[in-house]
Amino acid sequence: MSVTTHDHAHEHHDHKPGFFVRWLCSTNHKDIGTLYLTFALIGGTTGAILSEIMRAQLNFPHNTLIDTGQEWNTIVTAHGLLMIFFAVMPALIGGFGNWFIPLMIGSPDMAFPRLNNISFWLLPPAYCLIMTGLLLHESGTGWTLYPPLSLSQYEPGPGMDCTLFALHLAGISSLLGAINFITTIFNMRAPGMTLHKMPLFIWAMLVTAFLLLLAIPVLAGAITMVICDRNFGTAFFDPAGGGDPVLFQHLFWFFGHPEVYIMIVPAFGIVSHVISTFSHKPIFGYLGMAYAMVAIGVIGFVVWAHHMFVSGIDVDARAYFMAATMVIAVPTGIKIFSWIATMWGGALEFPTPMLWAIGFIFVFTLGGVTGVVLANAGIDQILHNTYYVVAHFHYVLSLGAVFGIFAGFYFWIGKMSGHQYPEFWGKVHFWLMFIGVNLTFFPQHFLGAAGMPRRYPDYPEAFAGWNFVSSVGAYISGLGYLVFFYVLYRTFASKEHVAANYWGDGATTLEWQQPSPPPFHTYAELPLIR
Amino acid sequence: MNGPIQRVRRLLAATSSMALAATPALAQGQQTAALTAPGADLPVLGAPHDWQMVLQPAYSPVKAEIISLNHLVLVIIGLITALVAGLLLWVIVRYNAKRHPVPTQTTHNTVIEITWTVVPVLILVIIAIPSFRLVYYEDRTYDPDMTIKVTGHQWYWEYTYPDQKNLDFMSNIVPDDKLKAGQPRLLTADNPLVLPVNKNIRILTTSGDVIHSFFVPALGVQRYAIPGRTIETWVRIDRPGIYYGECNQICGTNHSRMPIDVVALPDAQFQAWVTQAQKQFAADATPVAPAPTRTAEAATKGADQPGTQIVAATYESKLGQGQTR
Repeated sequence: MSVTTHDHAHEHHDHKPGFFVRWLCSTNHKDIGTLYLTFALIGGTTGAILSEIMRAQLNFPHNTLIDTGQEWNTIVTAHGLLMIFFAVMPALIGGFGNWFIPLMIGSPDMAFPRLNNISFWLLPPAYCLIMTGLLLHESGTGWTLYPPLSLSQYEPGPGMDCTLFALHLAGISSLLGAINFITTIFNMRAPGMTLHKMPLFIWAMLVTAFLLLLAIPVLAGAITMVICDRNFGTAFFDPAGGGDPVLFQHLFWFFGHPEVYIMIVPAFGIVSHVISTFSHKPIFGYLGMAYAMVAIGVIGFVVWAHHMFVSGIDVDARAYFMAATMVIAVPTGIKIFSWIATMWGGALEFPTPMLWAIGFIFVFTLGGVTGVVLANAGIDQILHNTYYVVAHFHYVLSLGAVFGIFAGFYFWIGKMSGHQYPEFWGKVHFWLMFIGVNLTFFPQHFLGAAGMPRRYPDYPEAFAGWNFVSSVGAYISGLGYLVFFYVLYRTFASKEHVAANYWGDGATTLEWQQPSPPPFHTYAELPLIR
Repeated sequence: MNGPIQRVRRLLAATSSMALAATPALAQGQQTAALTAPGADLPVLGAPHDWQMVLQPAYSPVKAEIISLNHLVLVIIGLITALVAGLLLWVIVRYNAKRHPVPTQTTHNTVIEITWTVVPVLILVIIAIPSFRLVYYEDRTYDPDMTIKVTGHQWYWEYTYPDQKNLDFMSNIVPDDKLKAGQPRLLTADNPLVLPVNKNIRILTTSGDVIHSFFVPALGVQRYAIPGRTIETWVRIDRPGIYYGECNQICGTNHSRMPIDVVALPDAQFQAWVTQAQKQFAADATPVAPAPTRTAEAATKGADQPGTQIVAATYESKLGQGQTR
């Protein structure tokens, strides 16, 4: 695919507004992407601090770092919500999506630049509301928010309502963003860029945006019903009034399962780009990769009740959901093997982004296969809500999605900032994290198999051994995270400026034609794709 | 219950392969718990042990089937993970730029692409066949010898025996300072759920307040306890012994402090225990739990001094009815 553009002096397109207008009233996809990435750093750091506190409490049995079970439950809830809605999603979708969708499709900006801004600015107040729920110790339900525990009889006080409203704001943010992304990708690709010539990252964002569009309203409905039960005397989920707690579970997981694909599909897109670039080969089986993501997204909507295998749903329903869930392994396997096939016969180099991407393939496979175990309703009966589940989803998220985020950071930070990261410290960060998170979460499979329930602040002595190992792993990961801050400092303090395409001939998508950093406005003239 | 679907379900359940001849031996680290009440000198069979890496051994046919299927799936996923890891190592070594500087531009290979689509489907079918049998086998027993009803409360369990004249009692955690030698912390309850061995026992779960989960790993049992809903499952316990479980759905501040003790006795001893328990718990009617009154402080401040429970404040009214907490 080649590009024809006219040359323009950079200054002409680089005039930026004043600070207040630029950062609070932005209509620029690059700046909004930067806002999202910065915000994700804050959300992720908060979530990470909470996780270090949690692992410190679980370091020994009979520990008293956390005073009460209620406080523990609130920390667990905040950790989950922060990591999902205020770290992974803003980084992958708001951050890299906003930065690189227009750059890759040759569009000057998003279809709705001002809507883009409100999408971002809904998030900081939502974050404050989550922190309110946390600091008041009043949201002790887990991120899954099941009633009746989330109803006012059992979680009185404003903190729970703050948490619920925070999710409304975050949900609206994502929904508006999804509308923006779909419209942009469908309507604003440069001339000659058919859907089947789109980069895989764009396919990933398109699938993600459709998942958000269809799933977020269901979450909004469910949490509105909880808010009404709590405050307006309804009884959607209160059996005393004729309501049904299991209804919430259906509504929540109808959103919740696509949500996990929302978190991982953008990472799939990033990994495809990184693997292809550093293998100096095009992605193997492009159409298979694109439609595997579509298949994962579509099937992801009809498997939700595998989170409800022990909630008393009918045995025939369990059989169906088990079968449907196992089907997702097929397109996922196609992707894993296609990434390996891309590398096969390539000329592989291993700078830091490639380490993250290859690491992703391995750890996501590990997390994915434990998902196959859990998909079996019969086995899930004894693993549901144990640390086996915690291990599974942290492998695909903490190791999968987060590795994808760091792969994207190291791949694109030079493009976004004009400064490159220090290679040595990038590798130190990778290895500390890789060792740390594996040490943290692999033993949790053992804990879950042995029967340790999740969301427990204290545990019987028999679980002490692997919990200790897991906590040590968490401290190593924490150290790796600190190294990341040093990487950030060294990157932004670096005096060198990088070229437009600092990765060489493996990097073939349009963003590598732009200077690093790109001018404030790009593609004032549309490129022609051949 | 004789429509076609029910007949198919029974067929699937009945054709589930019999349990592996699991010979449950005392695993390292288990000890005999000294209970003064039922089950004194019984071995502790259903408990986790230090550094455990595998599922708790099976003391019920359902758990035995779970372990069997889990072995199959574990072998398959182990091979798949090893394959992916091996391929990754191979490409890193063989195709790194120093050793293989000129990349090919291969982007298609129809045979491989079909293979890696069809083979996973076949693998999933191999897993699905025993898996379907297992889920139908686990669902319920079709000829129960008795029924027990388990009601979850914040933060204790209530056990009702409808076939034993509605014998009913509460089972609370034994606080740390009241544990006797050999009683594991956070797993010991005062009034265990006593059951006969080698009987098909229908288990009905419900809740008096929020969602809990009745979870006994060694027996292969887990079902949520949901208010307003009765959920059915079943168990048959193979050996006399003590089997621990824990609440497995977040239910408030003392979620980690409502253990389940199952004591399985030979039938004659079980009948003797029933007679004694009926006197002890004065069970001539199914009690109705009063709706817990809850102030804001009571709910948010956990009563988390080791061993105390907020239950004490809200359930005093039950003492007058002869219910033991």
